[in-house]
Amino acid sequence: MKTETALSVLTPGDFASDQDVRWCPGCGDYSILAQMKKVLPTLGVPPENIVFVSGIGCSSRFPYYVNTYGIHSIHGRAPAVASGLKIARPDLSVWVITGDGDALSIGGNHLMHAIRRNLDLNIVLFNNRIYGLTKGQYSPTSVLGQVTKSTPAGAIDNPLHPISLAIGCEATFVARSIDVNIKHLAMVLKRAAEHVGTSFVEVYQNCNVFNDGAFEYATARDTKADATLQLEHGKPLIFGKDRDKGIRLNGMDPEVVELGKGISEDDLLFHDEKAIEPTLAYLLSRMSHPEFPEPIGVFRDIDAPRYEELLNGQITAAREKKAGDLQKLFTSGETWTVE
Amino acid sequence: MATTTPSKPVVELDAATVRFCGDSGDGMQLAGTQLTNTSALAGNDIATFPDFPAEIRAPRGTKAGVSGFQLRFASTEIFTPGDQVDALVAMNPAALTTNLRDLVTGGILIANRDAFDEKGLAQAGYTTNPLDDGSLDGYQLFPVDMTKLTRTAVDGLGLSQKESDRCRNFFAMGLTFWLYDRSLDPTLRYIDAKFGKMPAVAEANRRALKAGYNYGETTDAMASQYQVHKADLEPGVYRNITGNQALAWGLVAASQRSGCELFYGSYPITPASDILHELVRHKNFGVRTFQAEDEIAAVTSAIGASFGGAMGVTGSSGPGIALKSEAIGLAVMTELPLLVVNVQRGGPSTGLPTKTEQADLLQALFGRNGECPVPVLAARSPGDCFDVAHEAWRIATRFMTPVFVLTDGYVANGAEPWKVPDVESLPEITIQYPKPVTNGDGFQPYARDERLARPWALPGTPGLMHRIGGLEKQDITGNVNYEPENHQHMVDLRAQKVANVAKDIPPQTVDGPDSGELLVISWGGTFGSVATATRQTRQAGGSVAHVHLRYLNPLPENLGEIIQRYKTVLVPELNKGQLRMLLRAKYLVDAIGLNKVQGKPFAVSEVVHKIQSLLK
Repeated sequence: MKTETALSVLTPGDFASDQDVRWCPGCGDYSILAQMKKVLPTLGVPPENIVFVSGIGCSSRFPYYVNTYGIHSIHGRAPAVASGLKIARPDLSVWVITGDGDALSIGGNHLMHAIRRNLDLNIVLFNNRIYGLTKGQYSPTSVLGQVTKSTPAGAIDNPLHPISLAIGCEATFVARSIDVNIKHLAMVLKRAAEHVGTSFVEVYQNCNVFNDGAFEYATARDTKADATLQLEHGKPLIFGKDRDKGIRLNGMDPEVVELGKGISEDDLLFHDEKAIEPTLAYLLSRMSHPEFPEPIGVFRDIDAPRYEELLNGQITAAREKKAGDLQKLFTSGETWTVE
Repeated sequence: MATTTPSKPVVELDAATVRFCGDSGDGMQLAGTQLTNTSALAGNDIATFPDFPAEIRAPRGTKAGVSGFQLRFASTEIFTPGDQVDALVAMNPAALTTNLRDLVTGGILIANRDAFDEKGLAQAGYTTNPLDDGSLDGYQLFPVDMTKLTRTAVDGLGLSQKESDRCRNFFAMGLTFWLYDRSLDPTLRYIDAKFGKMPAVAEANRRALKAGYNYGETTDAMASQYQVHKADLEPGVYRNITGNQALAWGLVAASQRSGCELFYGSYPITPASDILHELVRHKNFGVRTFQAEDEIAAVTSAIGASFGGAMGVTGSSGPGIALKSEAIGLAVMTELPLLVVNVQRGGPSTGLPTKTEQADLLQALFGRNGECPVPVLAARSPGDCFDVAHEAWRIATRFMTPVFVLTDGYVANGAEPWKVPDVESLPEITIQYPKPVTNGDGFQPYARDERLARPWALPGTPGLMHRIGGLEKQDITGNVNYEPENHQHMVDLRAQKVANVAKDIPPQTVDGPDSGELLVISWGGTFGSVATATRQTRQAGGSVAHVHLRYLNPLPENLGEIIQRYKTVLVPELNKGQLRMLLRAKYLVDAIGLNKVQGKPFAVSEVVHKIQSLLK
């Protein structure tokens, strides 16, 4: 349900549930919840037509804190629950709230298939690179060498890059934002809601208890401008405190260059979120700190047919051809009569 | 061709059991299905037993690749496809050696002589040709050059030898149809419908079918024909139906009668896949099928659909059900209506994918973490799958609970005549949805009605926004709650809710005397063998009654009282005694078991033998 008509009566307060929010004080989840509550009233969708579906983990408590319909399901399965709901009820706005362990470890299979089917779901992955609810084991996005309760000698699993994975599944909308970058986060959530098809959003989220500072490079006042790069459609890739650095392609490889000294904006890579081929978006998803600034914003936003649209199209066509009649079904084919 | 005047003596029979067997690529399932449909259309009662290997195409001519289809057609009411075979059609030596033991002494044996060459005999382990060495003297042996005769019949149609040989099953059908004085018309219509776009293939199959029929008519070897007259069935319109088809139709009917569009989440698995194949054909009833990425997505997508107000159903077999366990617990906790269909097969693990067993009863009742009660129903025959599916959805919506529907490979793939119900006479499934709240009063998602069911509040309804999930719920409000007393209360409440189903189902009936020596209690697909066995022994003077359970959880309220009226209780099951364990625990009855796990249904004689041993 995507419409431009704003329901002027709704405010963030209308989306607050009566439940006490029980995340740890200082958790990045609070900010994401606050931005979501700001964005929801702007979508023109009444609260009763919105459903939040989650799995298990700290982030998955999210549905309890929003006054919409919600299902706090089981570990990893939220994309599948949401798929069934969206197929049965295409009129609803369906959101999936998940974390790095929930979406990429136990639920990796469902995430992959939900994305490739391009159901009109909004999937928001809170990435804190740790298992918080189970008190501090390493996650599929923990960096190599990360010391956690279950990796005292350092993590030896190569981490997954959520954006790369989503693009590999040919997601039609892929974006990244940061919990404390509140205006940017609100913009990204709104664009995800407006995209028709699966929207995949990775949010860098600080777990101040078990993995504090995991994204400090991308949030600290003195480093964030050099460590992140804000993507803008049709614009060259420029970053840095003085906006004097850019990304240029050298063959198939990106490289950081300094503007001036013979290098102009025209030499830089230009962002095209509408590119049908996901190659460029994938290349951007591979840019990691500290070698590169990490892109935030919309990597990809294209149109493609949606599963529920195609399925319901088949149903409409079947009904137009032959209305369902049970008695006719029962007597279809060969029958005989006993007198 | 429908009614040729027999030129040979006709022997009238009450019933006949025929089995086609050959390589899994020989088209034996099709041959059996065609004789089944033709016999059903002729007015016989029928029961079938398709039996095929898990391998799609095992090496040709090997014993591992033998596929069989057995059917019994009768002029009286029958419940089983027969213990022993009256006529065996064996397409090669491997099929003969693996099936001969089921042929009655003096029975008809039709063998494709062309396949009994040196290689074929060696693959089946024969050192001499059984068609020539006198070892089959105890049977009416008819060696027929089926391959050569079929090739001759289709000559001139431009088919390759391989394509010609594929028509052999139609030759075998034609010969069998002659033997039992069956009309060729239904199969000719089938050929038109199936191969109409391939005229040469259609014509070849027609020719092979007629060649087989004419061979029987003209060969001197076959001295007589057999006739099985119409059965005296209840008046009405009938059709032939398999268990999986009936189950699918029962789901569609329940969806229509309840006004909830059907969502079927499923992952391909033998022997349940045919439910998916059937349902996908009924999009015009608003049926949405979802071939999920795995068994867990199959069930969780159905839960999501149910939350949205659809008729959420998932279907699988034992290994898939194991994967769904956690999600079924979620449906119990969230108290959403959901059907979980288990077409049971031999286990554990991958087990015997294409063979039947009843060993998932305790899995259905208890195979989840925590105190997690779920109503469980089981179908007794192919046609009964329709009624059970319909009834299961009625219970699921009245009590807001997942419900297990158990069938098995034997019931699912077997076929029987099904009296077509009048749609208007099907029970209505009425659902009371809570109304929108506009005055700001809070909605209580875990409030209860008199049955202890909670309201089914659908997204999109103003004022009823609520959150559910797998964490323990506070009574009434549905909020997350970890208090000790509340958990005790909610566990008790969920148990009582499922127990209340017993007040909502018909009392258990008994077939046979009200009291006496022996009560035989069965469930699921063993119905046919046990009903036949108990009736046979009763006719012979034995004091035997039969209770067949549709409801396994909760059990009917009067079952305990029924059990007390008999001196001995026998529980035949295709497992190691799962229902027996439940009955012993609940009623403290010293029930005796008859248990078999061979991937095969009970022979009537096995049950009769056990009953007789207990009556002595």
